[in-house]
Amino acid sequence: MIKKKTGKWVHKDLLGLEYLTKEDIELLLDTAVSFREILDRKIKKVPALRGKTVVNLFYEPSTRTRVSFEVAAKRLSADVINIAVESSSVKKGETLNDTGKNIEALKADIIVVRHNCSGAATMLGRNVNISVINAGDGWHEHPTQALLDMFTLRKKLGKLEGLNVSIVGDIAHSRVARSNIWGLTKFGANVTVCAPKILIPPGIEKTGVKITDNIDDALSNADAINVLRMQFERDDMKAFPSQLEYFKNFGITEERLRKAKKDIIVMHPGPINRGVEISSEVADGTNSVILEQVTNGIAIRMAVLFWVSQVRDKEVKNEINY
Amino acid sequence: MKLIIKNGHVVDPANKIDEVMDILVEGGKISKVARAIDAKAETVIDAAGKIVMPGIVDMHVHLREPGREDKETVFSGTKAAAKGGVTSVLAMPNTLPSLDSAEIINTLKDIIKKTANVDVFICGAITIGRQGKELVGMGILKKEGVIAISDDGASVDSDELMLKALKEAKKEKLLVICHSEDKSLSGQGVVNRGFTSTRLGLRGISKESEYKRVARDIKLAEESGASVHIAHLSCAESVEIIRKAKKKGVKVTAETAPHYFSLSEESLLGYNTNMKINPPLRTKEDILAIIEGLKDGTIDVIASDHAPHTENEKEIEFEYAEFGSIGLETELAVSFTELVNCGLLIWSELVKKISFNPSKILDIDKGTLGFGKDADITIVSPEKEWVVNKVGFVSKSKNSAFIGKKLKGIVGYTISKGKIVYKTSPFAEREIFRSPNGEVGMAK
Repeated sequence: MIKKKTGKWVHKDLLGLEYLTKEDIELLLDTAVSFREILDRKIKKVPALRGKTVVNLFYEPSTRTRVSFEVAAKRLSADVINIAVESSSVKKGETLNDTGKNIEALKADIIVVRHNCSGAATMLGRNVNISVINAGDGWHEHPTQALLDMFTLRKKLGKLEGLNVSIVGDIAHSRVARSNIWGLTKFGANVTVCAPKILIPPGIEKTGVKITDNIDDALSNADAINVLRMQFERDDMKAFPSQLEYFKNFGITEERLRKAKKDIIVMHPGPINRGVEISSEVADGTNSVILEQVTNGIAIRMAVLFWVSQVRDKEVKNEINY
Repeated sequence: MKLIIKNGHVVDPANKIDEVMDILVEGGKISKVARAIDAKAETVIDAAGKIVMPGIVDMHVHLREPGREDKETVFSGTKAAAKGGVTSVLAMPNTLPSLDSAEIINTLKDIIKKTANVDVFICGAITIGRQGKELVGMGILKKEGVIAISDDGASVDSDELMLKALKEAKKEKLLVICHSEDKSLSGQGVVNRGFTSTRLGLRGISKESEYKRVARDIKLAEESGASVHIAHLSCAESVEIIRKAKKKGVKVTAETAPHYFSLSEESLLGYNTNMKINPPLRTKEDILAIIEGLKDGTIDVIASDHAPHTENEKEIEFEYAEFGSIGLETELAVSFTELVNCGLLIWSELVKKISFNPSKILDIDKGTLGFGKDADITIVSPEKEWVVNKVGFVSKSKNSAFIGKKLKGIVGYTISKGKIVYKTSPFAEREIFRSPNGEVGMAK
């Protein structure tokens, strides 16, 4: 990522929370607080990105993230163009790099990219001089989702430090889980991941998280729980027991919540599968903040769009240094 | 035509030479290695301060011809070899079509005769089309000059067929080179399975997929009595299995590639597709085990596994990119920088691994500077530093895992059968090629 000496924000791209410092994340969360207020005004628009063009480049079908970015960009007065590419035709068609360079040649300022391949946003960021925001790449990261989760938590509980947060579901194949782990651990939250053993990715404990395959353990001391969407239709899940079995062992139900802290916060990145990973009663219940997350997502994406648009140094190439 | 190399530090472990000497070359052969040779020659090379070694014998090279001339050709690949100090290569059979018949071997031999810059030996396939279903006619391939067989890029999954292949190979006195990978375990993986695959969100390739197949291949080697060479070792467990087999007296040799002792999986955290290699880059602990294996002789050979791919096969999403890195032009410098310069091996040990041992394993008359041998000589400036640059490669493909790395040791001259096939000018990085010079390599 570009390191720029002036200003608070130094990154050309937002590729993942692994690559950000706590201060970077704090800046985004704080900025989102002011943008969140705008969303409750009668006139919900500010001119911060007037004259800028944001391209939503989506290789995976996604309504909520795409719409959220579109709303965020429009609230900042940017022009928005949506490009949906069928992932089935990717291999035959134009390469991602060529598509990115074409968008750059069209004089767009920011590409928001969603891709089924891990690392796609990183590669794109390396190959174009305009900003790239990762809207989810494979199983790798979904930074704006984790930021909005953290924003919601901080808004509800006042802080992130020391919070006990449990993430439940398919951790192995989840970019939401990875981004949440990187972000929350940077703030000193105690993160527990809970899933059947085959859905725990190797070495995840090295991030500092605790691992359990017992949902009651994951719930017992949690201040918040983040329930991941289960995708039983994917190939990797064929070895897995039935949906019913999963719900029986890991589903978040009222009965289970009764044993947890009374005011435990229930989050879900959506779209929810009622009766698969979460019961309707819990999803719609008083502990649920699922719809607030959606609103907060706009504020977070406004903050991200705002800050990356402040860094425009074409001379410097984006590079993750290891 | 005489050529004399003066005052170089000659390293020739086959003849136990490791000191400053002169070398006289006549008629393409070594005619004298001695101190202060007093002879007139058309070409005099001052090698003071340089290492003079038998040319590298790289027994794992994908020249891609015939079939994938967009990636590499015999001409471009052997030009890259010459630049890297390599005077003999073993061409792997995963061409299009595979090197599984007399006809295709003859096509390749013809191309080699017309275009090769250094000697090219041919490795045939074990099974037709490398499909693991039906054995090739080993006798026929052997008669055409094939010196080893391998289904490289794939392993023969059936134990029964592999055993049959090994017995047949023993009968024909052919070396079998094993790409030991159990695809049912490695599956769709693209990087080493572990914390790095988790961080990157990519499917992992377990070490089991390698070492379990190494163990099987060794077991079958023992059962059949055939000579087996395990290609591209990448992990600690494989090294240990081979160490034990050697102690037991099994006829097995093993090879690793420079990237397995110099790059760890963590280099992949920026999704650099040039480092997407099969077997994958492993952990730092595996690197140490590979180095230990090189030191104690468990690993006999360093070979490049030169695997050229075009830019449009590499500059794409990590999951879609091809596996492999080019290596001919960097193998000596990486080996010197990581092993000799760090005090892990001495020069004569490196020369054994990179020139002499592969010649012995392949049973070819190379890898030494003995009297009457082919004058295949590499002269190296060990102290010279350089940075690997994409632009500098003469290989048709530029997919090097080492781009941007600072290395020590640069090839000054490469001499193939008495002819200078590569030379670095002291003033500019200008290169001189005399082509064609190489031949189809034949067994002793």
